[in-house]
Amino acid sequence: MGAQIGKRVRPKLGRDDWAQRSFMLIIGLYLLVALAFPLVTMLSKAFSTYHFDLSQYEVQVSDEAGNFGPVQNLVDLNAAASPPVFEDLATNTNGRLGITKLFPDFSFRSPVLYRFHGLNDGAVYLVGSERHAGAEWIELDSNSFRRIVLRPVSERGLANFTTYFSTPSLFQSVRNSLTIAAITTVITVSLAFWFAYALARSKMRFKGVFRMVAMMPILVPSLLPGIALMYLFSSRQGILKFLMFGHDINGPIGIVIGSVFFTFPHALIIISTALSISDARLYEAAQSLKASRWKTFWTVTIPGARYGLFSAAFVVFNLVITDFGLPKVIGGNYNMLAVDIYKQVIGQQNFEMGAVVSMVLLVPAVLAFGIDRRMQKKQVALLSARSVVYEPKANRLGDWLFFGYSSMVAVFVLGIIAVCQFAALIRQWPYNLSLSLNNYDFSRMDGGGWSSYQNSLLLALLTAIIGTVVVFWGAYMVEKTKGFRLGRTLFQGLAMLPMAIPGMVLGIAYIFFFNNPDNPLNFIYGTMAILVVSTVTHFYTVSHLTAVTALKQMDVEFESVSQSLKQPFTKLFWRVTVPVSLPAILNISIYLFVNAMTTVSAVVFLYSTDTALASVAVLNMNDAGDIAPAAAMGMMIFYTNAGARILHALVSRRLLARSNAWRKG
Amino acid sequence: MKKFTFATLAAALMATSAMAVDLTVYTAVEAEDLARYAEAFNAEYPDIHINWVRDSTGVITAKLLAERDNPQADVIWGLAATSLLLMKAEDMLEPYAPAGVENLDPKFVDSSSPPYWTGMDAWVAAVCYNTVEGEANGVPAPTSWADLTDPVYQGHIIMPNPNSSGTGFLDVSSWLQMFGEEGGWQYMDALHENISRYTHSGSAPCKLAAAGETTIGVSFAFRGAKSKAAGAPIEIIVPTEGVGWDMEATAIVAGTANLEAAQTLVDWTITRQANELYNQGYAVVAYPGVAQPVEYFPEGLVDAMIDNDFEFAANNRGEILAEWASRYDGKSDPK
Repeated sequence: MGAQIGKRVRPKLGRDDWAQRSFMLIIGLYLLVALAFPLVTMLSKAFSTYHFDLSQYEVQVSDEAGNFGPVQNLVDLNAAASPPVFEDLATNTNGRLGITKLFPDFSFRSPVLYRFHGLNDGAVYLVGSERHAGAEWIELDSNSFRRIVLRPVSERGLANFTTYFSTPSLFQSVRNSLTIAAITTVITVSLAFWFAYALARSKMRFKGVFRMVAMMPILVPSLLPGIALMYLFSSRQGILKFLMFGHDINGPIGIVIGSVFFTFPHALIIISTALSISDARLYEAAQSLKASRWKTFWTVTIPGARYGLFSAAFVVFNLVITDFGLPKVIGGNYNMLAVDIYKQVIGQQNFEMGAVVSMVLLVPAVLAFGIDRRMQKKQVALLSARSVVYEPKANRLGDWLFFGYSSMVAVFVLGIIAVCQFAALIRQWPYNLSLSLNNYDFSRMDGGGWSSYQNSLLLALLTAIIGTVVVFWGAYMVEKTKGFRLGRTLFQGLAMLPMAIPGMVLGIAYIFFFNNPDNPLNFIYGTMAILVVSTVTHFYTVSHLTAVTALKQMDVEFESVSQSLKQPFTKLFWRVTVPVSLPAILNISIYLFVNAMTTVSAVVFLYSTDTALASVAVLNMNDAGDIAPAAAMGMMIFYTNAGARILHALVSRRLLARSNAWRKG
Repeated sequence: MKKFTFATLAAALMATSAMAVDLTVYTAVEAEDLARYAEAFNAEYPDIHINWVRDSTGVITAKLLAERDNPQADVIWGLAATSLLLMKAEDMLEPYAPAGVENLDPKFVDSSSPPYWTGMDAWVAAVCYNTVEGEANGVPAPTSWADLTDPVYQGHIIMPNPNSSGTGFLDVSSWLQMFGEEGGWQYMDALHENISRYTHSGSAPCKLAAAGETTIGVSFAFRGAKSKAAGAPIEIIVPTEGVGWDMEATAIVAGTANLEAAQTLVDWTITRQANELYNQGYAVVAYPGVAQPVEYFPEGLVDAMIDNDFEFAANNRGEILAEWASRYDGKSDPK
């Protein structure tokens, strides 16, 4: 039907189509520049392999009297022995190869002299730490000759992947990461679903308080739960160590508890969005059909929330698998993929192997994207133009059960936050428990005192405003436009990617991409702009999913009606779509705000002198051993974010009261 | 470099000095020291303004290497010599003999001529021992590295993972140098039996010892002294065999647009006055005769420093780390 109408009023629609496509193009371009190109630059490193090319070097050895013999190529020397001295010449970017093994008679005390050179400028070698290249001969005594090490040459290939899958200590992380992510996903999504259900479908008391408390974990840097868990459960000094029954919190247990804590609000946002808009008529229908509550739950509630549940699972899984902060602090010896990237890139400066691990991390995301495409086809809009908003009815027993359940979750969240605050006030844990405000002396703070706090605030505001506009427009274009299927599918794919990219990888990808002098966008490097772009991009997926989930619940009939009334889509967008989606839009902006306040992993590579950030200060203080000041600064971020959320709640209530009055109708 | 157009513009707007130069300086020095260093330098050279970019050693090193094709830093002031050796091998440093370099202990100057980097202060390995936990668990204070392999210490030792931490590598490389290759690995095999956890940060083991989470943390003296000053019940032990060390060092980044100002700064970083500043936090500095004892630093630290072969460490790092990972990484996971 829509297609027929479309044909008849072609001129009007044509203009809309072009407007829509150009908007989509702009946002598509944004995702290409801010995400796809940097990632390709970074991930292509996974295919840079290194090996020592012996054939590029020649040597001349003298006798003890100093008369030089013939020129010999190293490759011949290597082949002279059987088996060859060096059988495997593959290495990594930092590889160095000493060559004295090629000379069976070598002794550093011998008076024999050596002449050495490379055949061309690509033949690089070090004498000690000094770099040499090229065809010029150098003459060395035996003791200096042993200081020669060859440097590898680079080519393209799959050798890094072979190395990865044949190194047990690396490969084992795949299993560990999948296990932890799967366990956490099941726990978090179940907990968050019942919590969201209690908020949306029950008449329990103090909903506002519970909603606030449940969002708290998102307000603190992910490092803080690590600190709190240590204070609470560590095997020696933990306040509640008896609860661990002799198990060590440092390891899988700690990672799972901490991950549930920090992923809970993410899941809750998405599931709440899915449950908040529902059509009361379906429940009325179920009731009049005498369906039991149980049956209604499985045939109306769950199918309606299915997309949200899946999105939440996808988000939680990827958050856990890409997070390195928590396993780094509380993971003990349990290797996880994201920590491996840290070890490779930060510990060993091996960007190539870091890129390989990053690509392995992408696999679950790509799988999830495939499932997402299939699920989308089955998704039905819940809020049609004729929908009636569902109003939960009071149910004494049920409401008290939900209240009890929600209280337990709230105690868990508040407990962890309270321990962080406690940590910030203690002078020297656990030996001097006197309280002190010394840790709030931010004049000594890492990264420029209060200015870093102001920078963080500015970053958060800019990210919230710019990000919300970009994300919501993008989601609208994907969801509500017709035609241009390929473009929309690509766009949707790109929008899901950031979730699967560890921030660290994104940060380094930005260095490689934006710090290239040939890049016309080079000028944003080292400015606030690159921090905003990286942060919006890093948190794109959840924002996008929130927007899409909200938009999906609006019937396409709105568009059809608007089209048949010959209204431009922009009018529909402003008059209907935005007001109806306002809860989601506000959620996206606050989500971006608080994450910009707490994010570390991408921006740690991108901030410069004038754009130092408070969250980075927390990380650095913790690394430097100043746990209490780190907790203090972390709590500053928490209070700022809490303030922002309270403001957000007030604004939401007023705006919603005004713009959603129609729903009550 | 485009970045400087903004900086220069800002400087012009503030109408300070017509000759003012902005230097971007990358560093891993503790944040609270940076202000002191810049202040002292600016007292003499008010026209050179330092823009610090500070982060942990690993992050700064990775950032410098990633920016290799379009360097943003003019000077590196306070980064591990091991990292600078890596950059030297990549041709990323500008060789320069600062005025007065002959005054420094040669141990603290790069071996090339002219040198690619000059040292500031030493960053020495040490063992942090928690006296309260030691007494409670009946674990005596160790005096040597060899002691740590005694079964009495089983589960009481935490050390940094050399694959993530420079301090961890410093320990491993020093054991290989002191005990020989075979002896070194034998030692680590035995030590591994007693290790309860490998951390990703070099300061963490001492922090954990200070917080009573472990009895013994293999870390570095500077960290230990800080924890002790904060009131933690720890002793900083210098093992009798000797201790590994690295130094914080300074270099000019090749390709800097402000070479002259960079040289002025580096000249100043090796002065006696600058070394006196380094001495406020570090017991061992590059300028002979400057070092005053620093409170809470253990005695005999200087004499215990091994004759560290940085070249050996740099050129064998890859192999050592791979060997370490195949022996101990992930295998320590219970199950």
